Amino acid sequence: MKSSNLINFQRLKRLPSGLVKQLALILLSLLTLFPLYFMITNSFKVQDEFFNNLLGLPQNPILGNFTKILQHPNLGRWFFNSILLTTGSVMVSTIIAILAAYAFALMRFPGRDTLFNLITPLMVIPPIVMVIPMFVLFRQLRLVNNPGGPLIIYSGLMLPFTIYLLRNFFVTIPKEIQDAALIDGCTEFQVLTKIYLPLSRPALVTSIIVNAVWVWNELLIALVFLQTEELRTLIVGITTSLQKRFTLDVPSLMAGLAVATIPMIILYIIGQNALVRGLVAGHDK
Amino acid sequence: MHRSFQSKYTPYLYLSPALILITLVFVYPVFDLIRRSLTKLVDGATTWTGLIAYQNALRDPIFWTSFSNNLRLLISIPILVVLSLIFSSLIFERTGGWRYYRSLIFIPYVLAIPVVGIVFSYILQANGVFNQILRSIGLDSLAREWLGTSATAIWAIMFVVIWKELGFGIVLFLARMSSISEELYDAAKLDGAGWWQQMVYVTIPQMTTVIEFYIIINMITMLSWVFSYVLVMTKGGPGNSTWVLEYFIYQKAFPYSQMQIASAAAVMLLIFAFLLMFMQARLRHQGEGVEG
Repeated sequence: MKSSNLINFQRLKRLPSGLVKQLALILLSLLTLFPLYFMITNSFKVQDEFFNNLLGLPQNPILGNFTKILQHPNLGRWFFNSILLTTGSVMVSTIIAILAAYAFALMRFPGRDTLFNLITPLMVIPPIVMVIPMFVLFRQLRLVNNPGGPLIIYSGLMLPFTIYLLRNFFVTIPKEIQDAALIDGCTEFQVLTKIYLPLSRPALVTSIIVNAVWVWNELLIALVFLQTEELRTLIVGITTSLQKRFTLDVPSLMAGLAVATIPMIILYIIGQNALVRGLVAGHDK
Repeated sequence: MHRSFQSKYTPYLYLSPALILITLVFVYPVFDLIRRSLTKLVDGATTWTGLIAYQNALRDPIFWTSFSNNLRLLISIPILVVLSLIFSSLIFERTGGWRYYRSLIFIPYVLAIPVVGIVFSYILQANGVFNQILRSIGLDSLAREWLGTSATAIWAIMFVVIWKELGFGIVLFLARMSSISEELYDAAKLDGAGWWQQMVYVTIPQMTTVIEFYIIINMITMLSWVFSYVLVMTKGGPGNSTWVLEYFIYQKAFPYSQMQIASAAAVMLLIFAFLLMFMQARLRHQGEGVEG
Protein backbone atom coordinates (compact mmCIF):
# COMPACT_ATOMS: atom_id res chain seq x y z
CA MET A 1 0.00 0.00 0.00
CA LYS A 2 2.61 2.42 1.12
CA SER A 3 5.10 1.49 -1.57
CA SER A 4 2.55 1.82 -4.36
CA ASN A 5 1.77 5.32 -3.13
CA LEU A 6 5.42 6.11 -3.26
CA ILE A 7 5.70 4.91 -6.83
CA ASN A 8 2.71 6.99 -7.86
CA PHE A 9 4.21 10.00 -6.19
CA GLN A 10 7.49 9.58 -8.00
CA ARG A 11 5.74 9.09 -11.28
CA LEU A 12 3.78 12.26 -10.66
CA LYS A 13 6.96 14.15 -9.99
CA ARG A 14 8.45 13.09 -13.29
CA LEU A 15 5.30 13.93 -15.24
CA PRO A 16 4.78 15.01 -17.88
CA SER A 17 7.16 12.65 -19.60
CA GLY A 18 7.96 12.97 -23.28
CA LEU A 19 5.08 10.72 -24.21
CA VAL A 20 2.53 12.65 -22.18
CA LYS A 21 3.75 15.94 -23.64
CA GLN A 22 3.49 14.58 -27.14
CA LEU A 23 0.00 13.21 -26.45
CA ALA A 24 -1.14 16.54 -25.03
CA LEU A 25 0.03 18.40 -28.12
CA ILE A 26 -1.49 15.84 -30.47
CA LEU A 27 -4.81 16.13 -28.65
CA LEU A 28 -4.67 19.92 -28.90
CA SER A 29 -3.92 19.73 -32.63
CA LEU A 30 -6.78 17.32 -33.22
CA LEU A 31 -9.18 19.56 -31.32
CA THR A 32 -7.92 22.61 -33.21
CA LEU A 33 -8.23 20.98 -36.61
CA PHE A 34 -11.40 19.01 -36.01
CA PRO A 35 -13.92 21.73 -36.99
CA LEU A 36 -11.97 22.35 -40.21
CA TYR A 37 -11.83 18.62 -40.90
CA PHE A 38 -15.57 18.35 -40.23
CA MET A 39 -16.34 21.27 -42.55
CA ILE A 40 -14.15 20.10 -45.41
CA THR A 41 -14.87 16.35 -45.37
CA ASN A 42 -18.62 16.87 -45.10
CA SER A 43 -18.64 19.38 -47.93
CA PHE A 44 -17.67 16.49 -50.26
CA LYS A 45 -20.39 14.10 -49.07
CA VAL A 46 -23.87 13.48 -50.42
CA GLN A 47 -26.73 14.10 -47.99
CA ASP A 48 -27.29 10.43 -47.11
CA GLU A 49 -23.66 9.87 -46.41
CA PHE A 50 -23.58 12.88 -44.13
CA PHE A 51 -26.18 11.26 -41.89
CA ASN A 52 -24.58 7.81 -41.91
CA ASN A 53 -20.94 8.77 -41.88
CA LEU A 54 -20.49 11.95 -39.89
CA LEU A 55 -16.90 11.46 -38.91
CA GLY A 56 -15.19 9.55 -41.68
CA LEU A 57 -13.66 10.67 -44.92
CA PRO A 58 -16.16 10.85 -47.80
CA GLN A 59 -16.63 7.40 -49.34
CA ASN A 60 -17.60 8.77 -52.73
CA PRO A 61 -16.40 12.37 -52.73
CA ILE A 62 -18.53 14.65 -54.87
CA LEU A 63 -18.16 18.26 -56.00
CA GLY A 64 -21.92 18.73 -56.28
CA ASN A 65 -22.22 20.73 -53.06
CA PHE A 66 -19.70 23.24 -54.33
CA THR A 67 -21.40 23.60 -57.71
CA LYS A 68 -24.72 24.02 -55.90
CA ILE A 69 -23.27 26.74 -53.67
CA LEU A 70 -21.47 28.47 -56.52
CA GLN A 71 -24.75 28.59 -58.44
CA HIS A 72 -26.36 30.53 -55.62
CA PRO A 73 -27.44 33.76 -57.32
CA ASN A 74 -25.75 36.04 -54.79
CA LEU A 75 -22.64 34.15 -53.78
CA GLY A 76 -20.38 35.70 -56.41
CA ARG A 77 -21.70 39.12 -55.54
CA TRP A 78 -21.13 38.57 -51.81
CA PHE A 79 -17.61 37.39 -52.50
CA PHE A 80 -16.96 40.47 -54.63
CA ASN A 81 -18.48 42.76 -51.96
CA SER A 82 -16.22 41.25 -49.31
CA ILE A 83 -13.12 41.62 -51.47
CA LEU A 84 -14.01 45.21 -52.30
CA LEU A 85 -14.86 46.22 -48.74
CA THR A 86 -11.80 44.49 -47.29
CA THR A 87 -9.28 45.93 -49.77
CA GLY A 88 -10.95 49.35 -49.80
CA SER A 89 -11.16 49.86 -46.05
CA VAL A 90 -7.73 48.37 -45.33
CA MET A 91 -6.22 50.66 -47.98
CA VAL A 92 -7.94 53.82 -46.72
CA SER A 93 -7.14 53.00 -43.11
CA THR A 94 -3.50 52.15 -43.81
CA ILE A 95 -2.84 55.38 -45.75
CA ILE A 96 -4.45 57.55 -43.08
CA ALA A 97 -2.63 55.65 -40.32
CA ILE A 98 0.75 56.02 -42.06
CA LEU A 99 0.37 59.81 -42.13
CA ALA A 100 -0.69 59.98 -38.48
CA ALA A 101 1.96 57.50 -37.31
CA TYR A 102 4.65 59.52 -39.09
CA ALA A 103 3.53 62.69 -37.33
CA PHE A 104 3.44 60.93 -33.96
CA ALA A 105 6.84 59.33 -34.45
CA LEU A 106 8.87 62.06 -36.15
CA MET A 107 7.34 65.48 -35.79
CA ARG A 108 7.36 67.73 -32.76
CA PHE A 109 4.21 69.51 -31.79
CA PRO A 110 2.42 70.40 -28.55
CA GLY A 111 0.22 67.65 -27.12
CA ARG A 112 1.76 64.93 -29.27
CA ASP A 113 2.23 62.27 -26.59
CA THR A 114 -1.05 63.04 -24.85
CA LEU A 115 -2.92 62.65 -28.11
CA PHE A 116 -1.15 59.39 -28.94
CA ASN A 117 -1.92 58.02 -25.48
CA LEU A 118 -5.57 58.92 -25.96
CA ILE A 119 -5.83 57.12 -29.30
CA THR A 120 -4.42 53.71 -28.38
CA PRO A 121 -6.96 52.79 -25.65
CA LEU A 122 -9.80 53.32 -28.16
CA MET A 123 -9.05 49.78 -29.33
CA VAL A 124 -11.08 48.36 -26.46
CA ILE A 125 -14.35 50.22 -27.14
CA PRO A 126 -16.96 47.57 -27.98
CA PRO A 127 -18.19 47.96 -31.58
CA ILE A 128 -21.82 47.54 -30.47
CA VAL A 129 -21.45 50.89 -28.70
CA MET A 130 -20.79 52.71 -31.98
CA VAL A 131 -23.46 50.93 -33.93
CA ILE A 132 -26.55 52.78 -32.65
CA PRO A 133 -25.34 56.38 -33.11
CA MET A 134 -23.66 55.55 -36.42
CA PHE A 135 -26.77 53.83 -37.70
CA VAL A 136 -28.98 56.84 -36.95
CA LEU A 137 -26.44 59.25 -38.44
CA PHE A 138 -25.75 57.15 -41.53
CA ARG A 139 -29.44 56.68 -42.22
CA GLN A 140 -29.74 60.45 -42.52
CA LEU A 141 -26.65 60.59 -44.72
CA ARG A 142 -27.96 57.73 -46.92
CA LEU A 143 -24.98 55.60 -45.94
CA VAL A 144 -27.06 52.64 -44.78
CA ASN A 145 -27.34 50.00 -47.50
CA ASN A 146 -24.41 51.72 -49.15
CA PRO A 147 -20.96 50.08 -49.09
CA GLY A 148 -19.52 53.51 -48.26
CA GLY A 149 -21.03 53.27 -44.76
CA PRO A 150 -19.16 50.20 -43.50
CA LEU A 151 -16.09 51.33 -45.45
CA ILE A 152 -15.94 54.50 -43.34
CA ILE A 153 -16.64 52.64 -40.08
CA TYR A 154 -14.11 49.87 -40.70
CA SER A 155 -11.44 52.37 -41.76
CA GLY A 156 -12.00 54.29 -38.54
CA LEU A 157 -12.15 51.27 -36.24
CA MET A 158 -8.83 49.95 -37.56
CA LEU A 159 -6.99 53.26 -37.03
CA PRO A 160 -5.99 52.99 -33.34
CA PHE A 161 -4.32 49.58 -33.80
CA THR A 162 -2.65 50.54 -37.09
CA ILE A 163 -1.39 53.91 -35.85
CA TYR A 164 -0.07 52.25 -32.68
CA LEU A 165 1.77 49.53 -34.59
CA LEU A 166 3.26 51.80 -37.27
CA ARG A 167 4.26 54.58 -34.90
CA ASN A 168 6.08 52.08 -32.69
CA PHE A 169 7.90 50.78 -35.76
CA PHE A 170 8.79 54.25 -37.07
CA VAL A 171 10.45 55.24 -33.78
CA THR A 172 12.86 52.31 -34.11
CA ILE A 173 14.28 53.76 -37.35
CA PRO A 174 17.25 56.04 -36.54
CA LYS A 175 16.12 59.64 -36.58
CA GLU A 176 19.38 60.75 -38.25
CA ILE A 177 18.00 59.35 -41.49
CA GLN A 178 15.15 61.84 -41.38
CA ASP A 179 17.45 64.74 -40.46
CA ALA A 180 19.93 63.91 -43.22
CA ALA A 181 17.22 63.65 -45.85
CA LEU A 182 15.64 66.95 -44.78
CA ILE A 183 19.02 68.69 -44.98
CA ASP A 184 19.49 67.25 -48.47
CA GLY A 185 16.34 69.09 -49.44
CA CYS A 186 13.71 66.36 -49.23
CA THR A 187 10.26 67.40 -48.07
CA GLU A 188 8.70 65.58 -45.11
CA PHE A 189 6.42 63.80 -47.53
CA GLN A 190 9.37 62.56 -49.57
CA VAL A 191 11.11 61.36 -46.40
CA LEU A 192 7.99 59.40 -45.53
CA THR A 193 7.33 57.85 -48.93
CA LYS A 194 10.90 57.34 -50.15
CA ILE A 195 12.63 56.33 -46.90
CA TYR A 196 10.26 55.35 -44.12
CA LEU A 197 7.74 53.31 -46.08
CA PRO A 198 10.27 51.02 -47.78
CA LEU A 199 11.99 50.48 -44.41
CA SER A 200 8.68 49.69 -42.71
CA ARG A 201 7.59 46.84 -44.94
CA PRO A 202 7.39 44.23 -42.12
CA ALA A 203 5.16 46.43 -39.96
CA LEU A 204 2.98 47.35 -42.94
CA VAL A 205 2.54 43.72 -43.95
CA THR A 206 1.58 42.80 -40.38
CA SER A 207 -1.00 45.54 -40.01
CA ILE A 208 -2.50 44.86 -43.43
CA ILE A 209 -2.92 41.14 -42.71
CA VAL A 210 -4.34 41.62 -39.20
CA ASN A 211 -6.80 44.21 -40.48
CA ALA A 212 -7.81 42.25 -43.57
CA VAL A 213 -8.61 39.18 -41.47
CA TRP A 214 -10.70 41.32 -39.17
CA VAL A 215 -12.74 43.06 -41.89
CA TRP A 216 -13.29 39.89 -43.92
CA ASN A 217 -14.65 38.08 -40.84
CA GLU A 218 -16.63 40.95 -39.30
CA LEU A 219 -20.32 40.29 -38.69
CA LEU A 220 -22.08 42.95 -36.60
CA ILE A 221 -21.39 46.10 -38.64
CA ALA A 222 -21.86 44.37 -41.98
CA LEU A 223 -25.15 42.93 -40.72
CA VAL A 224 -26.56 46.24 -39.50
CA PHE A 225 -25.36 48.55 -42.27
CA LEU A 226 -25.82 46.32 -45.33
CA GLN A 227 -29.31 44.90 -45.11
CA THR A 228 -30.19 44.21 -48.72
CA GLU A 229 -29.41 40.77 -50.10
CA GLU A 230 -27.16 41.99 -52.95
CA LEU A 231 -25.05 44.24 -50.74
CA ARG A 232 -24.18 41.65 -48.08
CA THR A 233 -20.65 40.51 -47.39
CA LEU A 234 -19.79 36.84 -47.78
CA ILE A 235 -19.75 36.18 -44.04
CA VAL A 236 -23.14 37.83 -43.48
CA GLY A 237 -24.60 36.15 -46.57
CA ILE A 238 -23.42 32.77 -45.36
CA THR A 239 -24.68 33.23 -41.82
CA THR A 240 -28.05 34.76 -42.66
CA SER A 241 -29.22 33.40 -45.99
CA LEU A 242 -27.30 30.16 -46.38
CA GLN A 243 -27.67 29.04 -42.78
CA LYS A 244 -31.47 29.31 -43.16
CA ARG A 245 -31.68 27.95 -46.67
CA PHE A 246 -29.47 24.92 -46.19
CA THR A 247 -30.45 23.90 -42.63
CA LEU A 248 -31.36 20.48 -43.97
CA ASP A 249 -28.61 20.32 -46.56
CA VAL A 250 -25.62 20.44 -44.26
CA PRO A 251 -23.02 19.32 -46.83
CA SER A 252 -23.89 22.29 -49.07
CA LEU A 253 -23.77 24.65 -46.10
CA MET A 254 -20.33 23.27 -45.23
CA ALA A 255 -19.22 23.85 -48.82
CA GLY A 256 -20.37 27.48 -48.50
CA LEU A 257 -18.43 27.90 -45.25
CA ALA A 258 -15.35 26.36 -46.88
CA VAL A 259 -15.58 28.86 -49.75
CA ALA A 260 -15.74 31.72 -47.24
CA THR A 261 -12.77 30.36 -45.32
CA ILE A 262 -10.37 29.60 -48.18
CA PRO A 263 -9.15 33.20 -48.65
CA MET A 264 -8.27 33.45 -44.95
CA ILE A 265 -6.43 30.12 -44.97
CA ILE A 266 -4.41 31.30 -47.98
CA LEU A 267 -3.66 34.58 -46.22
CA TYR A 268 -2.62 32.62 -43.12
CA ILE A 269 -0.25 30.40 -45.08
CA ILE A 270 1.35 33.42 -46.75
CA GLY A 271 1.47 35.74 -43.79
CA GLN A 272 1.54 33.54 -40.71
CA ASN A 273 4.78 34.94 -39.36
CA ALA A 274 3.87 38.57 -39.97
CA LEU A 275 0.50 37.98 -38.33
CA VAL A 276 1.94 36.40 -35.21
CA ARG A 277 4.68 39.02 -34.96
CA GLY A 278 2.16 41.84 -35.09
CA LEU A 279 -0.20 40.39 -32.52
CA VAL A 280 2.47 39.77 -29.93
CA ALA A 281 4.35 43.00 -30.67
CA GLY A 282 5.73 44.52 -27.50
CA HIS A 283 4.85 41.58 -25.24
CA ASP A 284 8.01 39.57 -25.53
CA LYS A 285 9.84 41.49 -22.84
CA MET B 1 16.91 71.72 -35.80
CA HIS B 2 14.64 70.21 -38.41
CA ARG B 3 11.96 72.54 -37.14
CA SER B 4 12.93 75.06 -39.82
CA PHE B 5 11.91 72.57 -42.50
CA GLN B 6 8.54 72.04 -41.01
CA SER B 7 5.79 74.58 -40.80
CA LYS B 8 3.88 74.83 -37.55
CA TYR B 9 0.87 73.28 -39.23
CA THR B 10 2.49 70.31 -40.99
CA PRO B 11 1.93 67.83 -38.11
CA TYR B 12 -1.75 68.70 -37.99
CA LEU B 13 -2.00 68.30 -41.74
CA TYR B 14 -0.67 64.75 -41.39
CA LEU B 15 -2.89 64.02 -38.42
CA SER B 16 -6.14 65.57 -39.62
CA PRO B 17 -7.53 62.66 -41.70
CA ALA B 18 -6.99 60.29 -38.76
CA LEU B 19 -8.40 62.74 -36.23
CA ILE B 20 -11.49 63.44 -38.34
CA LEU B 21 -12.21 59.75 -38.82
CA ILE B 22 -11.56 58.91 -35.16
CA THR B 23 -13.84 61.72 -34.07
CA LEU B 24 -16.58 60.45 -36.37
CA VAL B 25 -16.27 56.77 -35.46
CA PHE B 26 -15.28 56.86 -31.79
CA VAL B 27 -15.83 60.26 -30.17
CA TYR B 28 -19.13 61.28 -31.74
CA PRO B 29 -20.88 57.93 -31.03
CA VAL B 30 -19.88 57.98 -27.37
CA PHE B 31 -21.29 61.47 -26.81
CA ASP B 32 -24.36 60.83 -28.93
CA LEU B 33 -25.03 57.63 -27.00
CA ILE B 34 -24.83 59.39 -23.64
CA ARG B 35 -27.18 62.11 -24.92
CA ARG B 36 -29.58 59.51 -26.30
CA SER B 37 -29.66 57.62 -23.02
CA LEU B 38 -30.66 60.73 -21.08
CA THR B 39 -33.22 62.29 -23.40
CA LYS B 40 -36.31 61.34 -25.33
CA LEU B 41 -38.01 62.74 -28.42
CA VAL B 42 -41.56 63.80 -27.61
CA ASP B 43 -43.50 65.42 -30.47
CA GLY B 44 -40.25 66.34 -32.19
CA ALA B 45 -38.86 68.06 -29.11
CA THR B 46 -35.98 66.64 -27.09
CA THR B 47 -37.01 66.09 -23.49
CA TRP B 48 -34.66 65.42 -20.61
CA THR B 49 -35.53 62.11 -18.97
CA GLY B 50 -32.70 61.78 -16.51
CA LEU B 51 -31.80 58.23 -15.55
CA ILE B 52 -35.18 56.67 -16.37
CA ALA B 53 -33.75 54.65 -19.26
CA TYR B 54 -31.05 53.30 -16.97
CA GLN B 55 -33.66 52.33 -14.38
CA ASN B 56 -35.70 50.62 -17.07
CA ALA B 57 -32.70 48.69 -18.29
CA LEU B 58 -31.72 47.69 -14.74
CA ARG B 59 -35.29 46.60 -13.97
CA ASP B 60 -35.38 44.36 -17.01
CA PRO B 61 -34.68 40.79 -15.84
CA ILE B 62 -33.20 40.00 -19.26
CA PHE B 63 -30.57 42.69 -18.69
CA TRP B 64 -29.44 40.74 -15.63
CA THR B 65 -29.60 37.44 -17.49
CA SER B 66 -27.39 38.99 -20.14
CA PHE B 67 -24.96 40.47 -17.66
CA SER B 68 -24.72 37.25 -15.67
CA ASN B 69 -23.91 35.37 -18.89
CA ASN B 70 -21.05 37.79 -19.55
CA LEU B 71 -19.86 37.05 -16.00
CA ARG B 72 -20.18 33.28 -16.61
CA LEU B 73 -18.00 33.64 -19.68
CA LEU B 74 -15.28 35.12 -17.46
CA ILE B 75 -14.82 31.60 -16.07
CA SER B 76 -13.11 30.76 -19.36
CA ILE B 77 -10.22 33.07 -18.43
CA PRO B 78 -8.50 30.89 -15.80
CA ILE B 79 -8.98 27.94 -18.15
CA LEU B 80 -7.42 29.89 -21.03
CA VAL B 81 -4.49 31.04 -18.88
CA VAL B 82 -3.70 27.56 -17.57
CA LEU B 83 -4.00 25.89 -20.98
CA SER B 84 -1.94 28.63 -22.64
CA LEU B 85 0.79 28.25 -20.02
CA ILE B 86 0.93 24.47 -20.35
CA PHE B 87 0.90 24.36 -24.14
CA SER B 88 3.26 27.28 -24.65
CA SER B 89 5.73 25.55 -22.31
CA LEU B 90 5.43 22.29 -24.21
CA ILE B 91 6.10 24.05 -27.50
CA PHE B 92 8.85 26.16 -25.97
CA GLU B 93 10.66 23.04 -24.75
CA ARG B 94 10.92 21.98 -28.37
CA THR B 95 8.78 18.90 -27.81
CA GLY B 96 9.04 16.89 -31.04
CA GLY B 97 7.13 18.52 -33.88
CA TRP B 98 6.89 21.87 -32.08
CA ARG B 99 7.17 23.94 -35.26
CA TYR B 100 4.25 22.07 -36.72
CA TYR B 101 2.18 22.51 -33.53
CA ARG B 102 3.07 26.19 -33.33
CA SER B 103 1.65 26.93 -36.74
CA LEU B 104 -1.44 24.78 -36.23
CA ILE B 105 -2.63 26.27 -32.97
CA PHE B 106 -3.02 29.74 -34.44
CA ILE B 107 -5.35 28.69 -37.28
CA PRO B 108 -8.57 29.38 -35.31
CA TYR B 109 -7.54 33.04 -35.16
CA VAL B 110 -8.07 33.57 -38.89
CA LEU B 111 -11.39 31.73 -39.07
CA ALA B 112 -14.54 33.83 -38.93
CA ILE B 113 -16.61 33.45 -35.75
CA PRO B 114 -19.78 32.82 -37.80
CA VAL B 115 -18.08 29.99 -39.70
CA VAL B 116 -16.73 28.45 -36.51
CA GLY B 117 -20.08 28.93 -34.77
CA ILE B 118 -22.07 27.18 -37.50
CA VAL B 119 -19.65 24.25 -37.70
CA PHE B 120 -19.72 23.80 -33.93
CA SER B 121 -23.49 24.01 -33.80
CA TYR B 122 -23.59 20.90 -36.01
CA ILE B 123 -20.90 19.20 -33.97
CA LEU B 124 -22.82 19.87 -30.74
CA GLN B 125 -26.34 19.06 -31.93
CA ALA B 126 -28.41 16.10 -30.66
CA ASN B 127 -27.08 13.62 -33.23
CA GLY B 128 -23.82 15.46 -33.70
CA VAL B 129 -20.31 14.14 -33.53
CA PHE B 130 -19.80 15.13 -29.92
CA ASN B 131 -22.78 13.16 -28.66
CA GLN B 132 -21.85 10.21 -30.88
CA ILE B 133 -18.44 10.15 -29.22
CA LEU B 134 -20.03 10.33 -25.77
CA ARG B 135 -22.35 7.42 -26.64
CA SER B 136 -19.54 5.35 -28.08
CA ILE B 137 -17.63 5.55 -24.81
CA GLY B 138 -20.69 4.66 -22.78
CA LEU B 139 -21.58 8.15 -21.55
CA ASP B 140 -25.06 8.10 -23.11
CA SER B 141 -26.52 9.90 -20.14
CA LEU B 142 -24.38 12.95 -20.85
CA ALA B 143 -25.44 13.25 -24.49
CA ARG B 144 -27.79 16.15 -25.10
CA GLU B 145 -28.61 19.03 -27.41
CA TRP B 146 -25.78 21.12 -26.01
CA LEU B 147 -26.83 24.44 -27.54
CA GLY B 148 -30.54 23.72 -27.25
CA THR B 149 -30.63 23.14 -23.49
CA SER B 150 -30.80 26.22 -21.24
CA ALA B 151 -28.55 24.68 -18.64
CA THR B 152 -25.69 23.93 -21.04
CA ALA B 153 -26.01 26.44 -23.92
CA ILE B 154 -23.87 29.24 -22.47
CA TRP B 155 -21.19 26.71 -21.45
CA ALA B 156 -21.19 25.27 -24.95
CA ILE B 157 -20.67 28.80 -26.28
CA MET B 158 -17.86 29.27 -23.76
CA PHE B 159 -16.19 26.12 -25.06
CA VAL B 160 -16.21 27.53 -28.59
CA VAL B 161 -14.84 30.88 -27.37
CA ILE B 162 -11.99 29.02 -25.64
CA TRP B 163 -11.34 27.03 -28.80
CA LYS B 164 -11.06 30.27 -30.77
CA GLU B 165 -9.05 32.30 -28.24
CA LEU B 166 -6.53 29.73 -27.00
CA GLY B 167 -4.08 30.08 -29.90
CA PHE B 168 -3.52 33.76 -29.19
CA GLY B 169 -2.65 33.00 -25.56
CA ILE B 170 -0.19 30.27 -26.52
CA VAL B 171 1.54 32.45 -29.11
CA LEU B 172 1.63 35.43 -26.77
CA PHE B 173 3.12 33.42 -23.89
CA LEU B 174 5.55 31.71 -26.23
CA ALA B 175 6.90 35.10 -27.33
CA ARG B 176 7.47 36.10 -23.72
CA MET B 177 9.02 32.78 -22.73
CA SER B 178 11.73 33.04 -25.35
CA SER B 179 13.13 36.04 -23.50
CA ILE B 180 13.29 34.38 -20.07
CA SER B 181 16.94 33.78 -19.18
CA GLU B 182 18.06 30.15 -19.60
CA GLU B 183 20.13 30.50 -16.43
CA LEU B 184 16.99 30.65 -14.31
CA TYR B 185 15.92 27.24 -15.61
CA ASP B 186 19.42 25.81 -15.23
CA ALA B 187 19.52 26.95 -11.62
CA ALA B 188 16.08 25.47 -10.96
CA LYS B 189 17.11 22.16 -12.52
CA LEU B 190 20.25 22.08 -10.37
CA ASP B 191 17.99 22.48 -7.36
CA GLY B 192 16.07 19.43 -8.56
CA ALA B 193 12.93 21.22 -9.70
CA GLY B 194 10.57 19.10 -11.80
CA TRP B 195 8.45 20.29 -14.73
CA TRP B 196 5.60 21.66 -12.64
CA GLN B 197 7.97 23.25 -10.15
CA GLN B 198 9.84 25.04 -12.94
CA MET B 199 6.50 26.24 -14.21
CA VAL B 200 5.37 27.54 -10.82
CA TYR B 201 8.67 28.96 -9.52
CA VAL B 202 10.35 30.18 -12.73
CA THR B 203 8.00 30.58 -15.68
CA ILE B 204 4.93 32.07 -14.02
CA PRO B 205 6.76 34.69 -11.88
CA GLN B 206 8.70 35.82 -14.97
CA MET B 207 5.51 36.20 -16.96
CA THR B 208 3.21 38.12 -14.61
CA THR B 209 2.96 41.17 -16.87
CA VAL B 210 2.01 39.26 -19.98
CA ILE B 211 -0.40 37.03 -18.02
CA GLU B 212 -2.11 40.11 -16.60
CA PHE B 213 -2.30 41.59 -20.10
CA TYR B 214 -3.85 38.39 -21.44
CA ILE B 215 -6.37 38.28 -18.58
CA ILE B 216 -7.53 41.82 -19.22
CA ILE B 217 -7.70 41.38 -22.99
CA ASN B 218 -9.89 38.36 -22.35
CA MET B 219 -12.08 40.20 -19.86
CA ILE B 220 -12.71 42.76 -22.58
CA THR B 221 -13.42 39.95 -25.05
CA MET B 222 -15.90 38.17 -22.78
CA LEU B 223 -17.65 41.44 -22.04
CA SER B 224 -17.86 43.03 -25.43
CA TRP B 225 -16.78 40.78 -28.30
CA VAL B 226 -19.02 37.71 -27.99
CA PHE B 227 -22.01 38.95 -29.99
CA SER B 228 -21.23 36.91 -33.11
CA TYR B 229 -20.99 33.62 -31.22
CA VAL B 230 -24.41 34.14 -29.66
CA LEU B 231 -26.09 35.35 -32.83
CA VAL B 232 -24.85 32.43 -34.90
CA MET B 233 -25.07 29.56 -32.42
CA THR B 234 -28.19 30.23 -30.35
CA LYS B 235 -29.78 33.59 -31.28
CA GLY B 236 -29.96 34.14 -27.54
CA GLY B 237 -31.97 30.97 -26.93
CA PRO B 238 -33.26 28.69 -25.72
CA GLY B 239 -35.58 31.25 -24.14
CA ASN B 240 -33.29 34.08 -23.15
CA SER B 241 -30.73 31.80 -21.63
CA THR B 242 -27.74 32.87 -23.75
CA TRP B 243 -28.32 36.61 -24.09
CA VAL B 244 -25.20 38.69 -23.42
CA LEU B 245 -25.02 42.47 -22.99
CA GLU B 246 -24.13 43.11 -26.63
CA TYR B 247 -27.04 40.95 -27.73
CA PHE B 248 -29.34 42.82 -25.33
CA ILE B 249 -28.25 46.16 -26.83
CA TYR B 250 -28.60 44.86 -30.38
CA GLN B 251 -32.06 43.40 -29.75
CA LYS B 252 -33.35 46.49 -27.96
CA ALA B 253 -31.98 48.83 -30.63
CA PHE B 254 -33.01 47.01 -33.78
CA PRO B 255 -35.80 44.46 -33.52
CA TYR B 256 -37.47 46.25 -30.59
CA SER B 257 -36.66 49.87 -31.55
CA GLN B 258 -36.17 50.80 -27.90
CA MET B 259 -33.22 53.02 -28.69
CA GLN B 260 -33.19 54.75 -25.33
CA ILE B 261 -32.89 51.57 -23.28
CA ALA B 262 -30.36 50.22 -25.76
CA SER B 263 -28.33 53.42 -25.39
CA ALA B 264 -28.42 53.28 -21.60
CA ALA B 265 -27.26 49.64 -21.65
CA ALA B 266 -24.54 50.56 -24.15
CA VAL B 267 -23.30 53.36 -21.89
CA MET B 268 -23.09 50.91 -18.99
CA LEU B 269 -21.16 48.44 -21.16
CA LEU B 270 -18.86 51.27 -22.18
CA ILE B 271 -18.20 52.13 -18.52
CA PHE B 272 -17.21 48.51 -17.82
CA ALA B 273 -14.94 48.51 -20.85
CA PHE B 274 -13.28 51.75 -19.73
CA LEU B 275 -12.71 50.40 -16.24
CA LEU B 276 -10.99 47.35 -17.70
CA MET B 277 -8.99 49.54 -20.06
CA PHE B 278 -7.91 51.70 -17.16
CA MET B 279 -6.69 48.59 -15.35
CA GLN B 280 -4.79 47.53 -18.44
CA ALA B 281 -3.16 50.94 -18.86
CA ARG B 282 -2.07 50.89 -15.23
CA LEU B 283 -0.64 47.42 -15.56
CA ARG B 284 1.20 48.32 -18.73
CA HIS B 285 2.59 51.37 -17.00
CA GLN B 286 3.78 49.30 -14.04
CA GLY B 287 5.21 46.71 -16.40
CA GLU B 288 7.20 49.31 -18.30
CA GLY B 289 8.44 50.73 -15.04
CA VAL B 290 9.69 47.36 -13.85
CA GLU B 291 11.30 46.40 -17.12
CA GLY B 292 12.93 49.77 -17.58
